[in-house]
Amino acid sequence: MIQTDSRELATAETATKPYAGNPIRRVLDAIGVQNISLIIALVLLCAIIGSQNSNFFLISNVKTIGTTVAIVGILAVVQTVVMLLGGLDISVGSAAGLTSVISAMVFMSAKSAALGIAVALVVGVAVGLLNGIVIVYGRVNAVIATLATYAGLRGLANLISNGRAQGYTGTDSTFTFLARGSLGGIPILVWVLIIIALAVHLMLRYTDIGRNIFAIGGNPTAARLAGINLNRYVVGCYVLVGLVAAVAGVLLTARTGSGQPTSGSQGLELQSITAAALGGVALQGGKGGISGTVLAVILLGVLQNGLTILGVNSFWQDIAQGALLIVAVVIQQRRRGVRAYGLPR
Amino acid sequence: MQLTGAGAQVTAPRLRAETISKAFSGVQALSEVSLDVRAGEVLALMGENGAGKSTLLRVLSGDHQPDSGRLILDGAAVSFATPAEAHRAGLRVIQQEPEIVPHVSVAENVYLGELPRRGRVVNKRALFAQVRTDLERYGFAQALDPATLGADLSPAQRQMVEILRALASPVRVIAFDEPTSSLADHEVAALFDLIRRLRDDGVAIIYVSHRMPEIFTIADRVAVLRDGRFVGERSIAVTDTDELVRMMVGRDLSEIFVRTPRSTVDAGEGDVPVLELRELETDDVHGINLRVRAGEVVGIGGLMGAGRSELAHAVVGDLPIRSGYVAVSGKQLRLRSPADALRAGIGFAPEERKAQALLLRRSIRDNISLAILARLSRARIVRRGEERDIARNFVRQLSIRTPSIEQEVGNLSGGNQQKVVLARWLARRPKVLILDEPTRGVDVGAKAEIYSIINQLAEEGMALLVISSELPELLGLSDRVLVMQEGRITGELSRGEATEEGVLALAMADDLSTTGESA
Ligand SMILES: Nc1ncnc2c1ncn2[C@@H]1O[C@H](COP(=O)(O)OP(=O)(O)OP(=O)(O)O)[C@@H](O)[C@H]1O
Ligand SMILES: [Mg+2]
Repeated sequence: MIQTDSRELATAETATKPYAGNPIRRVLDAIGVQNISLIIALVLLCAIIGSQNSNFFLISNVKTIGTTVAIVGILAVVQTVVMLLGGLDISVGSAAGLTSVISAMVFMSAKSAALGIAVALVVGVAVGLLNGIVIVYGRVNAVIATLATYAGLRGLANLISNGRAQGYTGTDSTFTFLARGSLGGIPILVWVLIIIALAVHLMLRYTDIGRNIFAIGGNPTAARLAGINLNRYVVGCYVLVGLVAAVAGVLLTARTGSGQPTSGSQGLELQSITAAALGGVALQGGKGGISGTVLAVILLGVLQNGLTILGVNSFWQDIAQGALLIVAVVIQQRRRGVRAYGLPR
Repeated sequence: MQLTGAGAQVTAPRLRAETISKAFSGVQALSEVSLDVRAGEVLALMGENGAGKSTLLRVLSGDHQPDSGRLILDGAAVSFATPAEAHRAGLRVIQQEPEIVPHVSVAENVYLGELPRRGRVVNKRALFAQVRTDLERYGFAQALDPATLGADLSPAQRQMVEILRALASPVRVIAFDEPTSSLADHEVAALFDLIRRLRDDGVAIIYVSHRMPEIFTIADRVAVLRDGRFVGERSIAVTDTDELVRMMVGRDLSEIFVRTPRSTVDAGEGDVPVLELRELETDDVHGINLRVRAGEVVGIGGLMGAGRSELAHAVVGDLPIRSGYVAVSGKQLRLRSPADALRAGIGFAPEERKAQALLLRRSIRDNISLAILARLSRARIVRRGEERDIARNFVRQLSIRTPSIEQEVGNLSGGNQQKVVLARWLARRPKVLILDEPTRGVDVGAKAEIYSIINQLAEEGMALLVISSELPELLGLSDRVLVMQEGRITGELSRGEATEEGVLALAMADDLSTTGESA
């Protein structure tokens, strides 16, 4: 219609000019407030710890931090994906424990690290499939479903291992390479974290899969009516988590030199959820990203390391982590402008 | 200012807004708006989508704090930090999209926080008796059952609950934000009766709507906003549609809607319809037969609750089909989810934009491209340049008022959100497009644009099924109108024979037809 000419021009102009503002503002916008506050917190924390104990800045200590955060880091990355989808996976720690035991046991009986790792990964995928199918086709709430597998998988891991550490992988070249090797000066464990984080980041940001994950988390009804196959995405995401949990299990075996049913994997679910929430992933789904989660993982790692080298009781570390989670979520709710009445969602 | 004396009472405004300004990041929603509303009058507030009407009402209701300016209620300056404070002062705003507690009954929703009690125990009998009298008094008794759960209410019913809630305690000023956008005609009539009664009781009423005929029916005075500024006010007696439109858009709008007659497609025997429904049965609709040919716009009329939306949801596989089938281009579909329907070429823009269509926390760009991501991707990578171009084009074509395509959809005005929903499906261009209340909350200028787009899509061979409660829209757009009542199709009217009366007669159940005529 001819009569809309003048207005068309006006709106077109405003629409093509994304931000009328200075370049600094644009850079800050691109990084995001959440990430900026995490970076500031990280810098402050490093400064405080470093001023108390200069060993903190040693290359060896930085490597220690890197290797300790790697396992919880990869779990936090995939936890981010399920949380974006509006779900949660409490069973990641148990799944890591189970696959740790399995990788060591298969390795011992078959004398093949590759086979041990492969079987562990297959089991991880199966665990993810189970979670996804129970949630989608059983129509079970994600928290409840993974709470069940959290307990069940832990039991299974203890059952097949009699509750004891299994095998010895400390002499196998593959496992020792994973645990202590490095490439270009960077530990393999850290490489694994970098690769998984980068791959998931790229998927979320640049592919239609990532967009659809955000859509499902933001408004499942709208996503469904827009033709997105929700079931496939939910199952797919839980399978991804299962697979990565198995990677974590294998790394756990490599680091400790044996298959561990519970030690080392217990608490990973809580830590991964804490990191994702601290990184700005909305607990109601649809909002957040990998960069925030990775920053939060580093922050938590530095905190833990700092408290350790400053000789603080490890129980205090748990308390600090819990407090941090509350603070992070309160800040998130404030920023979301959640009104001060009604039950929080 | 005089505060006392009978003469002063008549002329002094009940509520005065003085030079109210309000900005959101990057958007000046209101700049120095001043407005009066007197006791016992209905002031209509008009303006294009995004002009600032809802923002002004949110300032009145204590939802937003103005950046500058003040409110004067009966001569005394007031300010409200929360909606509760505004309530206590007797100011009520009926929101565009009311919030209802889903898990409790209508009755409890109405008296939330003020439930009648015996000791600590809620007196259910007294509560329901009270709500029944209210329903009777305000004319909603037919449409609303006090025992229904909040989650099961239609948009119109939610609106009624919100109104009942507002009237549960004394009011001095009541504002309605597009109350009729989800009401059927006889409900509109009931609402107008209610508004007149409130007006006669000396309540000051602010009424926001995009529907011209309503303004001339109910309003005493009209105030117009444009781009967040007050442009003027007119007494209803001395103004007309053309002048109001000119004030709103700032120029002449030569025609509201051009009705382009399409060459009626020949219903030859060999001619396969693009969409065909055969004896379709679901929980809510029964024995539906209908065909839509390429290039045809078929309208579906009927009252709220007639099963029109349920039919649409069944056709796209969102509700289970008991028997009968849906076919596209002669091929029967097995529908398990909307993904199946879309694969076969059926797109659907649902009625409730916030609940069913929009990702409120994502950008306009993300929302528009949602149904075309696969098409936009190469090796699963979304081509962002192209995506942005598409979003920009629709922002321009539908005049979506926003500082940028990266704006979160939740920050847009209601009408602009609706345009984003449409843009998603216009971008997708399915073979069959089902539109449920496509122009709800959209202003006159953009409506005309949407109608011409629908016409053009039909001309290019799309088959369209349009559900609308706005009769002029239904009659203006459709080549044929089907009317539904209680889940069944009660009649079909061709473009030539369709009239508002004809549609209404088919839409009303026999035992309701008398109330319908009196409404
Ligand atoms: N929370 C917010 N953040 C940013 N911008 C906002 C916010 N709320 C409103 N706006 C902007 O303020 C302007 C006025 O919006 P408002 O909702 O008042 O319009 P309206 O006149 O009610 O339009 P409609 O007829 O479509 O309902 C719009 O441009 C809108 O995008
Ligand atoms: Mg509005």
